[in-house]
Amino acid sequence: MKSIIYLIVGVFFGIVMYKSEAASWFRIYEMFEFGSFHMYGIIGSALAIGVVGVQLIKRNKIKALNGADMHLQPKAKSFWRYILGGILFGLGWALAGACPGPMYVLIGAGYLPILVVVGSAILGTFVYGVLKSKLPH
Amino acid sequence: MNWIYEPWPWYISGPLIALTMFILLFLGKNFGMSSNLRTACTIGGAGKVADFFKFDWKTQRWNLIVVVGAIIGGFLANNYLSNNSVNINDDVAQTLQTYGIESADDAYLPEELFSAEALSDPKVLAILIIGGFLVGFGARYAGGCTSGHAISGLSNLQLPSLISMIGFFIGGLVMIHLIFPLIF
Repeated sequence: MKSIIYLIVGVFFGIVMYKSEAASWFRIYEMFEFGSFHMYGIIGSALAIGVVGVQLIKRNKIKALNGADMHLQPKAKSFWRYILGGILFGLGWALAGACPGPMYVLIGAGYLPILVVVGSAILGTFVYGVLKSKLPH
Repeated sequence: MNWIYEPWPWYISGPLIALTMFILLFLGKNFGMSSNLRTACTIGGAGKVADFFKFDWKTQRWNLIVVVGAIIGGFLANNYLSNNSVNINDDVAQTLQTYGIESADDAYLPEELFSAEALSDPKVLAILIIGGFLVGFGARYAGGCTSGHAISGLSNLQLPSLISMIGFFIGGLVMIHLIFPLIF
């Protein structure tokens, strides 16, 4: 039963990503060219509501439906992994024009070459896991 | 009925992304799409090679189901809910034309990179492979992607997510403004 809820959340997310055009290579390129407010508006309005909602959850100690605490653990403190990992991600985000969420959406939309992107993203994750102990964190 | 095919403006899309995050929080989960790539490695047996992949992937089954849903959502949106063309800023579209990418305003993704025929071009193949690799490697190195850091982490006012977000933009701007002119 719970699986169906996650499936519905995924379908909803997929439609939002596609209809918002956040899954379009063109919109990502345009964002880094500062050509339109569109992507900034999407991220900014999601964040504005996200910040207010998360603060309300924390102040009122709202629990998840199963009674457990919500998944709002603080991220581990560090600098290098976030800035270096972030830059590498950004280079790929702009080059492939897709981040992990939209990648899956584009598979469904029928763009076969995105399978190459997803496959090499899995490979990239694997290589990170292998090199993890040798990288500055 | 044409309105069905119109793209959604940012002030509809952004709040709906926040809603997705809140639904997952209420379900006791977290919103982060790149962790599925790690789960895929674990399912493929990567735990034999690196401890990073040694975890019970069944705990992440819910997130894989979200992925299946996202694929279905993409199918539905592409086939029934969109005219599959993206209108971007005219100046930006002209810049893309100088790079040989002419399909802006006519397509959802550039046909020069994402059509089945384009795959036979070694340069296109390299772009897709390197782009994907950097996304996968960078997302795990930074501990999250756009959903995990830019939305979930920043909503929780996490400094690491702000640092990652700054990194995302440094990388993106370097790619578009310094590297694109060299490769296109």
